[in-house]
Amino acid sequence: MGEWTTPGKLSAKGIIGMNRRNIRYIGRYNNRRLYPLVDDKLQTKLLAERYEITTPALIGTVSTQFGVKRLGELLAPQSGFVIKPAKGSGGKGILVVDRVEGGDYIKPSGARMSLSDVERHVSNILSGLYSLGGAPDVALVEALINFDESLSAYTYEGVPDIRVIVFKGYPVMAMMRLSTAASDGKANLHQGAVGVGLDIATGTAIRGVQFDRTRHDHPDTGHELISLAIPDWPTLLLLAAGCYEMTGLGYLGTDMVLDRDQGPMLLELNARPGLAIQMANGEGLRRRLDLVEAQPEGVSPEERVAFSRRHFARRSELATAAGA
Amino acid sequence: MSRLPFYLLVGVLFLAGVAMTLHRHYQLEVPWTPGEQRQVWEVEAQVNFTALGEPVLVDMALPSSQEGFRLLTEHTASPGFGLSFIEKDEARRAQWSIREASGSQQLYYTAQVLRAPSNPPPRLASPPPQRDIVWERPYDTAAAQLIERAWSRSADPFTFARELLHDFDEERQGENARLLLTQFERTPLLVRLLNQADVRAREVSGLRLEDGRRRQSLSSWVQVFDGEQWALFDPATGAQGRPDNLLIWEGNGQAVLEVEGGTNSRVNFSMIARNQPAAAAVRNQLADDTLLNFSIHSLPLEEQALFQTILLIPIGALVVVLLRILVGIKTSGTFMPVLIALAFIQTSLATGLIGFLLVVSVGLVIRSYLSYLNLLLVARVTAVIITVIGIISVFSVLAYRFGLNAGLTITFFPMIILAWTIERMSILWEEEGPKEVLIQGGGSLFTAVLAFLAMNNPWVRHITFNFLGVQLILMALILMIGNYTGYRLLELRRFKPVTEE
Repeated sequence: MGEWTTPGKLSAKGIIGMNRRNIRYIGRYNNRRLYPLVDDKLQTKLLAERYEITTPALIGTVSTQFGVKRLGELLAPQSGFVIKPAKGSGGKGILVVDRVEGGDYIKPSGARMSLSDVERHVSNILSGLYSLGGAPDVALVEALINFDESLSAYTYEGVPDIRVIVFKGYPVMAMMRLSTAASDGKANLHQGAVGVGLDIATGTAIRGVQFDRTRHDHPDTGHELISLAIPDWPTLLLLAAGCYEMTGLGYLGTDMVLDRDQGPMLLELNARPGLAIQMANGEGLRRRLDLVEAQPEGVSPEERVAFSRRHFARRSELATAAGA
Repeated sequence: MSRLPFYLLVGVLFLAGVAMTLHRHYQLEVPWTPGEQRQVWEVEAQVNFTALGEPVLVDMALPSSQEGFRLLTEHTASPGFGLSFIEKDEARRAQWSIREASGSQQLYYTAQVLRAPSNPPPRLASPPPQRDIVWERPYDTAAAQLIERAWSRSADPFTFARELLHDFDEERQGENARLLLTQFERTPLLVRLLNQADVRAREVSGLRLEDGRRRQSLSSWVQVFDGEQWALFDPATGAQGRPDNLLIWEGNGQAVLEVEGGTNSRVNFSMIARNQPAAAAVRNQLADDTLLNFSIHSLPLEEQALFQTILLIPIGALVVVLLRILVGIKTSGTFMPVLIALAFIQTSLATGLIGFLLVVSVGLVIRSYLSYLNLLLVARVTAVIITVIGIISVFSVLAYRFGLNAGLTITFFPMIILAWTIERMSILWEEEGPKEVLIQGGGSLFTAVLAFLAMNNPWVRHITFNFLGVQLILMALILMIGNYTGYRLLELRRFKPVTEE
């Protein structure tokens, strides 16, 4: 067989393919009308405020090319910040600046940028370079997240985030995305970040993957992944589950981060979450989605989280692998 | 949510497509393959007469589609004459008229006739009315004896005709036959005798098609009706049956040519045969005015050529759909590969590939300089467009100087699409590195090459252009694929590690 498997084996594992995701879940449960709520990060942020879901602090927005000239003023008091396009997709156009040294902006990788580099980036965002269909966009400047030190050994440079797939309000699968040198401090799996599947019941690691292949440790820090456990896990799940009420989207990818001071925060939402999470969990989504589809509507977020933790519990594969 | 209406729609589209396609094939004789050769005869009839300086009316029989032949197009050349086509009792005739003419006159009529062995015989015309036959003495006894002799040795109208014709055979003709032939023309005489014996028959005129012949005239044939069908007899030899190369010019027992106001009228024929690809023969077909033939094939040739390309686009798009949904190949810009493939059709594959790679790689280098200039997006893409035009001009001139004429076809590339490709590749390079550029660029090129191979296939071109029903079938197919929830081929590789434990 070599590199290839058979549809029968994938189906037995409950793996969902791109086509099935698009037709059966996104097409059926995500109303197009609601997409702007998640495609526009500014709207998501304002909506989250209404629903009392914590998000990183907004430093400011830049919406006109004229405003780019005042970017220096806006950034002056900040030691670190994140600039992102409001309508970007797939992590495109997100610029993370760790610290400022002598007028230069330092990225997590150590690369230096001058103010005019940053201005060019913002100008590109405004002209729609990173937005779907090249539509004019708005740049958001957000506070850098002070991520929980307990997790710093598991990540290289950037902020690790936690992706929870929420189906009809039930958290069905979760993974942590650890940035690596290869991913330039970004937590996108296709850019080379490590994905670690998390047990829905406890928030502990199940297994890890990078570039779709199994990993037991972080490629840069060398830290083993088995001991990874997310603090404040029930709160995080509750936050994720609440995004269903907030947006009305049935099949939702919620990206959460852990802040040292404020606990779990919602970073952004995705109406077309990827399928790599199945790789990180070593399990297909199919069985869980089928189970949730059979549940009645109108259940409170707390009950939904409890249901998920009860039904989707898993044992770590990393433990057995390490023990062997 | 019931999917029934969806499957109904797909079913209706599919069936309609198949029905239209079969109709084109069986009713209009459009062949399945482009290579099939069809013989097309170009037959020219030249009418000569001397006008007497008074109103002239020329009335000539015209051929129609018949067993073995299909009339494609017809033209006339008759300066100064009024012309009308008259169709009456299944006979087609042309009438030329002029108020005043004198001296020698020529009128031309040209028909293109397709050799169509499967063309059905026309519906049986009602046989001609029986006429009372009156003979003068002594011909009446000769006729009666001939008829009696043939009658006694025959069983039905066809055998009777055969026996009768036998008696008029050059070598075997008896007294009676010879006597009658002194007074009557052979063919009208035979028809007359047949009619007298109560056998429906008439004289028809046919043209033997022989390539390159000129100044031919029509030959007479005897057509005999046995109550159910017609049979053709050669009056000279008595042989029954229609020779393959006989085109019936006048089949209703009427005169071939009638001229009022002129003398010395005669008509002669010249003809050539051409072997045409079946597709071309089909194109020449008369656009019958029925609704089913309401199609792009009735457009002027130039527009048809345009449509030939347009109708290929769904094929290219189908390739993209298959590769993206069933295989899972990433391309840069969903249908960009189709446009590139269209350009390949103009440039040929090798030239196209080299040209594309040259333009895109040089474009990427220049684009990387543009990114330092910190321009607004639209302005930058416009700059890239101008750059692409510059690159294409330089390459064309260079190719020309080096005598590589194939290089000139590089101008067929869609420049704006190329500019956007360069822009997207460049962003991709900055954000995700050269590897992703190779994956997406390679995926796009691979898709473009496959789309090109599909669209450039002569058979595919023939089918898409000549069978518009295929578009409906494609539509149904694509709707079905849009419904596919199974795995993509590349996902079998991607998700492989999950199945390993």
